[in-house]
Parts: sequence; C-alpha cells; structure tokens
Amino acid sequence: MEIALIFLAVILATFLGWLLKQSFNTAPWVAEVVSDTAHHGPLGTNSRLIALLTLLAVITSFFALIISAYSLRMELGDWVPMTEPRLLWVNTGLLVAASLVFQWTRNAAIKGRDAALKPGLVLTGVLTAAFIAGQLLAWQQLEQSGQFMTSNPANAFFYFLTGAHAVHIIGGMVVWARATTRVMLDRGDAALTRRSIELCTIYWHFLLLVWLVLFGLLLST
Amino acid sequence: MAYVAIADRDHEQEHHDPQTFITKYVWSQDHKVIAVQYGITAIFVGLIALGLSAMMRLQLGFPDQFSFINPENYYQFITMHGMIMVIYLLTALFLGGFGNYLIPLMCGSRDMVFPYMNMLSYWVYLLSVIILVVSFFVPGGSTGAGWTLYPPQAIMPGTPGIDVGIILMLVSLAVFIVAFTMGGLNYVTTVLQARCKGMTLMRMPLSVWGIFIATVLGLLAFPALLVSAIMMLFDKTLYTSFFMPAISSMGSDPGYTGGSPILFQHLFWFFGHPEVYIVALPAFGIVSDLLSTHARKNIFGYRMMVWAIIAIGGLSFVVWAHHMYVSGMNPYFGFFFATTTLIIAVPTAIKVYNWVLTLWEGNIHLRVPMLFAIGFVFTFIHGGLTGLFLGNVTIDLPLSDTYFVVAHFHMVMGVSPILVVFGAIYHWWPKITGRMYNETLGKWHFWMTFLGTYSIYLPMHYLGFAGVPRRYFAMGNTEFLPDSAQDLNAWITMSALFVAATQILFFVNMIWSLTRGPKSDPNPWHATTLEWQTPDHPPKHGNWGHDLPVVYRWAYDYSVPGYEDDYIPQNVSTDIAPAGRSHGVEEH
Repeated sequence: MEIALIFLAVILATFLGWLLKQSFNTAPWVAEVVSDTAHHGPLGTNSRLIALLTLLAVITSFFALIISAYSLRMELGDWVPMTEPRLLWVNTGLLVAASLVFQWTRNAAIKGRDAALKPGLVLTGVLTAAFIAGQLLAWQQLEQSGQFMTSNPANAFFYFLTGAHAVHIIGGMVVWARATTRVMLDRGDAALTRRSIELCTIYWHFLLLVWLVLFGLLLST
Repeated sequence: MAYVAIADRDHEQEHHDPQTFITKYVWSQDHKVIAVQYGITAIFVGLIALGLSAMMRLQLGFPDQFSFINPENYYQFITMHGMIMVIYLLTALFLGGFGNYLIPLMCGSRDMVFPYMNMLSYWVYLLSVIILVVSFFVPGGSTGAGWTLYPPQAIMPGTPGIDVGIILMLVSLAVFIVAFTMGGLNYVTTVLQARCKGMTLMRMPLSVWGIFIATVLGLLAFPALLVSAIMMLFDKTLYTSFFMPAISSMGSDPGYTGGSPILFQHLFWFFGHPEVYIVALPAFGIVSDLLSTHARKNIFGYRMMVWAIIAIGGLSFVVWAHHMYVSGMNPYFGFFFATTTLIIAVPTAIKVYNWVLTLWEGNIHLRVPMLFAIGFVFTFIHGGLTGLFLGNVTIDLPLSDTYFVVAHFHMVMGVSPILVVFGAIYHWWPKITGRMYNETLGKWHFWMTFLGTYSIYLPMHYLGFAGVPRRYFAMGNTEFLPDSAQDLNAWITMSALFVAATQILFFVNMIWSLTRGPKSDPNPWHATTLEWQTPDHPPKHGNWGHDLPVVYRWAYDYSVPGYEDDYIPQNVSTDIAPAGRSHGVEEH
C-alpha cells in the first residue's frame, strides 16, 4: 500500500499547497471588495482542464492501487514471474508515436495550421488503434503458449493491468472520435474543437506515462 | 473573457432552457431537479434498508419467533442494510443530493459546470440502485457476505447469494463508482471554477467546504473499492487467485492457489475509512451552518473549522488498518495506526469545541433544524468517544466482535449523519419547495427519533461489554451472559421498531406541506448565505435571473454590532449602508 500512499501524498500535497496559498493570512470576517480574480480557480478559468486533471488524479489513484496490490501479492509463495511477449516493445513504440503525432497536431491547431489537423488526427487514431490491436495480439500469443489468466497470479495481473489500461485508451478514443468527426465534417465551433484536441493530447501523454510505468513494472518483476 | 466558466453556462442556457415536462423534471440538467431526484431515490432505498434492520432486530429481540427469518435471510438483511445505508443512502444523499443542490446556489453559480454529465451521473446512480434491488429477486437472493464482502467467504459455498447475488452486488458498486466520479468531477470543478465574483475560497459556507473535501476524498478513495470489486469479480467468475487462498470446500477443490484475503481487506478499508469521512464531512459542514444560523452568531473559529475539515480528510487516508486489528497484524503496524487514529481526535475535537462555543451566549432559536443540529453534537460526541476506545489495539481486540462496535459506528456514522440529513431537509425545505411544514410535528419527530435512537444504541454498549457477539443469528454458546442480556435485546428491538415507525411523522409532515403547507418566506431563517437571496422563490432554472450575485462578505455576519438586523447577507455591499443600520456607529 506504500505506493498508493506515495501517489496520494503527492496529489494531496499539490492540492494543499494551492489551498494554503488561497487561505493563508486571510481574514474572512472582514467585509470588503476583493480583487476581480479572487474567485478564479487554480488555472484561471479553464473548467474543462480542471475536470480533466481531476479525472487524471482519479485514474492515477486507480492504477496506484492496482500496483500496490501487485506488489503485495508478489510477495506470496505462488507467484511465478512471467516473461512478457516481445511484441510489447513494438506496442510501446506505437503508443509513443501516437503521443508525438498528437502533440504535433495540437501544436498545429494552436498555431492555426488547420490543414494539418485532418492527417494528424487520423494518424493518431491509426497508431492508437494499432496499439490496442497489438495488445490484443500479445494476449493471443500468451494464450497460445498456454499462459491463461488463471495460470498464475502474475499472469492474472498482466491481463488485468493491460486490460484496464486499454479500456482507458478506448475511453479516450471516444473523445478523439468526436473531435475528429467535427474536424472531418468541418462542423461545430473551431475554438471548441481546438480545446478538445488540447485536452486529448494531455490525456494521451498521461496514458503513455501510465503505460511506461506499467511496462517497467512488468519487465522488472 | 475574465469569466469563461459562467459565460459558457449563460451561452448554453439559452439553448437548453427546459420546455416540456420531460426535460424539466425527468431528463433534467438542472442541478436542483437532479438533487431532488438523487434525494428521493436515496431515501427510497434507505427505507428498504430501514425495513431490513427491523427484520434483523425482530430475530435478535425475539429469537425464532418469526418463521420468515432464517439464518440465510438474516445475513442477507445485515449485508444489504449496511451496504445501502453507507453507500446508496448516505453517500448519495449528502453528495448527490445536498452537494448538487447547495454547491451552485451557495457559490453563486447558475448550475454545475457540466450539466449534461450531472444528469448522466444521476441516471447511472439509478442504474446501480436498480441492479442492487434486482439482486434481492435473483435465484439464491442477494449476497449475505456482510457489507465488507470479505473473501474467501463472500464467494464460497455456505454464504447466501454466491451464485448471482454477489456478482450483482459487485457490478452495482462498480456502476455506482462511475456515477459518483461523474458527479464528483462536477462538484470539484464547480467549487473551483464557478464561484461568483467576490466569493473567495475562505468566504465559502462550511457546508460547501465539507461537501468539497468529501468529494475529493471520494474521488481518491472509491478507486480502491473499484479495484477490489473488479479483482473479486475475476476471482468469482474466472477463478483467478487475487484474494482467494488455496482452499478446499466441502471436500472439493475449486482450483484457487495462494491468494491473500488480507490484500482485499487492505484495499477495502483503504476505501472504507475515508468513506466514513465522505459521509461525516458534509454533515460537519452543514451542522456548522445550521448552528450558526439558528444561534444568530458567527461560527466560532471559521478558519480553524476549514483546516480541521482538510486535516481530517488528509488523515483519513492513513488510518485504514484500524479496521483490521483482529487480522493479526505486526504490532508496529498496529501502533502506527492506533497513533494516527487517535491524532484524528484532535481536529475532530476542535470542531466539537467550536460548535459548542458557537452556541455559547448565542441567541438560540430552538427550531426544528436547530434541534437536529444540537442532537447531532450529542450523538457525535458520544460515538466519537467510543471511537477513542476502539482506536487502541488492546481495547479493540476483545471488543471488536461485540455489540460495542455496532453501537459505536451506529452512533458516529448512522445516527449522527441521519440527524444532520433531517436537520438539513427541515432547514432547506422552504427553499426547495417554497412551503413551510408543521413545526410541532417536526419537533415531535425530532424528540422521538433522538430519544429513541439513544434508547437503541446506549444499551448496546453494555451488551458489548458483557460480550454479546455481533453478526450472530442466534446466541449459541454464550452461557456466560445473564438472561437480562436477552431482555435488553428485546427492549432494543422495541425501541428500533418505535424509531422506524416515528419516521412516518416526517413523511406525513412533508406530504402535508407539499399539498397544504403555507407558502414560506423567501428567507424564513434570516440566513446570510446566497441560496436564500435568490430573486425567485423557489429558485428557477439558472438560479439568479439576469445578473449573478456579487459577494462582499463571509457567510457568518450574524448579530454584527451596530446593525439593526441581526444578519447581513453575503451579497450586501460594503459601501452602501444597509437599510437596517441604526445609528451609523462605526466599529473601526
């Protein structure tokens, strides 16, 4: 559980730091006109970004807890370390590429190079879908070699971790699909679409980071 | 540009103003309607859970008198009673109900920041409730594993409902967590982003603080329940061995290898303890506002109260293993968790002192909400004190499996939050419905509930000391107990049935109020917070008419010296002399 606690401490410390800044040395009982921005959130007025960051904290807590369970379960006698399929390296490469392309698309969107949006978004989607397909293929390879979910707790955790991560990616692709449809059909508010792409990019980077942590954990144990 | 969050809302509102009955009251995106939907659904399942507890008490008070209660049923009643009360009633009512209603109104926003997601949150919550209720009617019935669902017994033969009941329970929990996360993202974002001009964090009413911090706790703690629910589902359906040890059952080997039931306990209580404060913190906040309003005094030590809420929230993540002392843990762990547990008493005691000091020399109006708020202070101190006992490993070990624990947690997180729920309903009822209720009937409801619950739970402490084991369907080998223990049990059952029956007063009162109650004043309690200052009463969609309010002061300007009125609403300007000001005496 220490791992979950460390993650939690970091999240709470960030939150507390901001709260302290807001509340230290104030005299709430004094009636006065306060500055125009005193009611603003920690990142100005970007509500969607706040909601996304909160969601990322929730997801972090989710994965931190699974990793905690992993490390606790690992110490028990029946744990047989497994060898991960080589394919995972290729998949990791795909996900890194997807993140890079998304970042490039986002930069294009910010700078107003709208021509780059369509190919950028499509390529991101293809790379991400390829990652999911690759993960499924890795599952298939494992099963063909007789390593099922019930074979060993290490295997069970492998399927659980990769599956949970893939579900989060698929959730992200729903939002990606909405933004892409808007760009393709040239519909909707352009500013809104741009914001959507920005937020998706953050989410993609985050899930890449989660994957790198998970992959590192799987490789090292 | 300065205020995108509100600008967004105004923009959307033009397009989404509800037109038909369906969009207004069913598929509504209005936070006030969603709050009422959450509230009604939660109270409905709460009534089911109340009925279940009555059945349990019938068996305990009058063993084997009732043929419709057998051991299997009894365990199903216990399990579903606990689960419904803690999660589907209290969590949903405080955050989904009061959170939804109060956050936008108290912060001066038009609605939640993401109204569509807010609506979705309610409907997903309803789905989880439906799955839960369906589990009563499947073959084998609902799960009887106890609300903690400890493996291995939760999914091994011998426990009721291991075929479908436990699966539906786990799925329902997972669905609930999705619903809560959608709601929680909304509450956090709205508090951070959509406060009106002048509403700094340190001017927020404590109700909002309590709900806000409780939501943060929920968002970080519920994933632990989700992880354990998913892993247990795998253990049950796919025969993995996350939690299930190598075990043989009635001579057959189900095929589990060396999983760890203790791992489940860690994950469960990592959620389970913060859950106590997810329920308690909103209650703390609401009680602070009720006491201050009805005692016509500013809350004592506002900043301390805020930081106590935050400290309790933070500490609640490092005490979970005090629920696991009996699992045979390393004594150093036990020492650590006993220490952190006792440290929580410090911020909690600060809150209690401040409540009492708020009442000190206040102009106390013993109206119905105030009675419930003061009642809460009693029951909470009582439950908190027994918590100090149970926080110590050496005292917990012998008491852990007795009725002392049942008495403790019902006092601290059963009766106390429910008293606040009632107080809050009586307090905000005029705002929600625009009508008043019968004050006398409300007072009868309070006294019968308050004294009745004491008569249930105070004797339980003695039963616990005497060694009456909890969780048992029948006493078994307990010859060491005097016969009077059984008499006391019968008395407790009578009291419980009495308290359950008195709740009819509440429903009668509310239905009478809805149909015949007199129209209420827009601000019947002369309160300062923004929800009482709305241009329409009850507030309409969008809350504030054309202009958003501007806040100039904190929420506790009661009985300010030099003013004739004993309250100054938060949106009364500082430079315009209020109408009620008497002699122009300037204090500074």
